[in-house]
Amino acid sequence: MSIFVDETTKVVYQGLTGSQGRFYGLLNRDYGTQVVAGTSPKKAGTDVDGIPVYANVGDAVAATGATASCIFIPAPGVKDAVIEAAEAGITFIVCITEGVPAHDEAWFFNRLRREFPGTRLLGPNCPGIISPGRANIGITAGHIAKAGGPVGIVSRSGTLTYQALYELQQKDIGVTTCVGIGGDPVPGTSFIDCLRAFEADPETKAVMMIGEIGGSAEEEAADFVKSSMSKPVTSYIAGVTAPPGKKMGHAGAIVSGGKGTAAAKMDALRDAGVEVGLNPTEAGELMAQVVAKL
Amino acid sequence: MDLFEYQGKQLFARYGIPVSDGAPVTTVPEAVEVADRIGYPVVVKAQVQVGGRGKAGGIKLAASSEEAKAHAEAILGMDIKGHVVKVVWIERASDIAQEYYASFTLDRGAKLHLGMLSAQGGVEIEQVAEENPEAIARIHVDPVDGLSEAQCREWVAAAKLDPSATDGAVDILMKLYTAYTEGDADLVEINPLILTPDGRVHALDAKVTLDDNATFRHPDYVDYDATQVRDTREEFAHQQGLQYVGLEGSVGVIANGAGLAMSTVDIVNQVGGSPANFLDIGGGANADVMAGALGVIVSDPDVRSIFINIFGGITKGEEVANGIVQALERAQIDAPIVIRLDGTNADEGRKILEPHLSDRLQMQPTMLDATRRAVELAGGTAK
Repeated sequence: MSIFVDETTKVVYQGLTGSQGRFYGLLNRDYGTQVVAGTSPKKAGTDVDGIPVYANVGDAVAATGATASCIFIPAPGVKDAVIEAAEAGITFIVCITEGVPAHDEAWFFNRLRREFPGTRLLGPNCPGIISPGRANIGITAGHIAKAGGPVGIVSRSGTLTYQALYELQQKDIGVTTCVGIGGDPVPGTSFIDCLRAFEADPETKAVMMIGEIGGSAEEEAADFVKSSMSKPVTSYIAGVTAPPGKKMGHAGAIVSGGKGTAAAKMDALRDAGVEVGLNPTEAGELMAQVVAKL
Repeated sequence: MDLFEYQGKQLFARYGIPVSDGAPVTTVPEAVEVADRIGYPVVVKAQVQVGGRGKAGGIKLAASSEEAKAHAEAILGMDIKGHVVKVVWIERASDIAQEYYASFTLDRGAKLHLGMLSAQGGVEIEQVAEENPEAIARIHVDPVDGLSEAQCREWVAAAKLDPSATDGAVDILMKLYTAYTEGDADLVEINPLILTPDGRVHALDAKVTLDDNATFRHPDYVDYDATQVRDTREEFAHQQGLQYVGLEGSVGVIANGAGLAMSTVDIVNQVGGSPANFLDIGGGANADVMAGALGVIVSDPDVRSIFINIFGGITKGEEVANGIVQALERAQIDAPIVIRLDGTNADEGRKILEPHLSDRLQMQPTMLDATRRAVELAGGTAK
């Protein structure tokens, strides 16, 4: 099994007619994803290489039965695009777009949380989700992932998501699902959401978690691993040797309270029983050892 | 994007938040002219984006034209922790009865806005937070609902300010929340927020960080960008839209995505080298961006080798390869380049690079191999 998406998931691409929407929409279809529709208010009635284009997500859902969407709309339009998808009944929204204002993210996160509790948003500013061999929604290069499990991957950094998939592929280790949650201030889906789903997925036997400096999401994930996970977790945190970043006034320091550095995150994870590698290759090797013992 | 105090105060004033009458100046005669117009006593405040300017002598009270002139002369050009003062803010001095603290920022954990208010404002607020956290009244605001006046009043009551400050504080905090949301700020902070002996509440300082992603809604924020503090390399990189942080080492680093770029810097350190920089070319970078990035790297005289680490998702391999080839044609690049290329269209990219490979441009199959090679080429011994 995989988490969140599989080969039966029908996906509508919001912004399919743009250059990136078209490029990745078609790549995703070639991979085997059910790319059933695109939307574009101005190009309704046309098609992109045979994929029908509708004026809005509501029309696309009515015509195709899509339950997921993938957003390639420029940042100023993302706020409306997310709500449009939720109102059309989409239950899994993947937002690839980067550069979305934090206030917009906080606003639509809370609207979804309150009014559309059945809808999950992944992103914005994320590479998407790939269940190797089943579905690839987003911008991950499909050939770097080996299908089958037993490992689930969750990552906050786009390119390190690919690196993690690649490290496991080099060791001939398969992946059930790889979720790139994105590194923006208000990600729609958190580490904990993914860890919980992997814990419940019978095919996933171990989880690789890739984090980076800033915020406290990794520390919160460590608490969750400690309290609620039976499956082994390995990790890598990018930014071990990063120079201290700009401090956001006193408020930032008060809120973070010493969290946020790579050292603090690695300590929290180790304390939760997570094996932590010092670079992606080492994290891959740690996972290979875990898999060998399964 | 961090604003200077004077920019923050000007932004606050637009939202009706009371700030002292004042103006930013860059020369001594201007300083005296403004001080004379405002009326004495005035405060002469160094405009730097670093804490501790008061202790460094960057904030002075002036009771006369002569004093204003002397202080402006001393402070303009002063070096405060490596920040040279180019602008001073002159404002009417305020009588202070009480010093409070107020801010709004995003609580990433709760995914709600967080307001903090304390009766114990002033410079040591972080110490207050650590030693006496209950002295800071916190409020979570749902961005969908916004902040209601009733909520705000309850929050102010919880902070136990002087009762005479209540109405003024509520008024300012409501406006501060509007400035925070409409202005697309990551942070708005007033420390101190003062109560004057005659019962007025007033912002004596302003710390504002704006969200770079929201500039499409605020065309005027271009003016703030022009005054950002950057070193020469950082300014050059910024002009080309690149995320660059200068470091002290000899291995120039180019990667796509902040995570991979940070990871690359980590690994250069771990194998015994020293990175010259952090440079993220971002997602979807094309040939021009890659050529620009190489230009930034070679402008650093300390760079002795260059490591280009690309794992393409939205960045395509052939674009990266074309950029490298173009940069090599356009500019004299003395430092040898090591490239590692994987991901979207990596095969196409490798094919483009193959005819150009030499001692000056080498390709390595893995991130670790490539890092070691780059460190060796910079004259180091790789672990």
